[in-house]
Amino acid sequence: MGVTKEDVEAAVAAALSPTHLVVTDTSGGCGASYEIEVVSDKFEGKRLLERHRMVNTALAPLMAEIHAVSIKALTPAQAQPKPQPEPAAAAADKPQA
Amino acid sequence: AAAEGGGVAAGMKDTLDKVVSAHKVVLFMKGTKDFPQCGFSHTVVQILRSLDVPFETLDVLANDALRQGLKDYSSWPTFPQLYIDGEFFGGCDITLEAYKSGELQETLEKAMCS
Repeated sequence: MGVTKEDVEAAVAAALSPTHLVVTDTSGGCGASYEIEVVSDKFEGKRLLERHRMVNTALAPLMAEIHAVSIKALTPAQAQPKPQPEPAAAAADKPQA
Repeated sequence: AAAEGGGVAAGMKDTLDKVVSAHKVVLFMKGTKDFPQCGFSHTVVQILRSLDVPFETLDVLANDALRQGLKDYSSWPTFPQLYIDGEFFGGCDITLEAYKSGELQETLEKAMCS
């Protein structure tokens, strides 16, 4: 087998020093295919196209053997779960007079 | 064949310049509009259809030189590749995310009016 999930992880980790990285093998029979979720402060201030280019560049040596990659590139701030809005439940729980 | 890693061959670059500026929206994909050969290409076709914009598609599976030339031209390693107003917009993930955020609609509107 050509490229493995570990190869992809190593290449992305080396290039982007991510704070969070999940690589999923999504090959559905048509060749090596990966889903990459990466959080890195190197994405700060970069547009989506640039962020994806950074990941693509990291993977360039492997791309010849990869059929497809799906990339999710977030900054640490974006990766934080959004603060929950005040639960409407409190109001809803109040019995109607 | 073009030299490896030497960027885009001159003839290919001219041709691609013409193709991407000849139409407002051009999608280089695997398969055709009516018969996409890959889920990622299918997704982008569906998005463009839902937005009701006219778009041209070119099948990179039918032309190996085009397929290789485009990768160098866009510095983008995979397909589909979406071009709007002569400029590379992105692949499937970027297009999908931009569609969800409304940025794609905005870019397309701007292109249609330009």
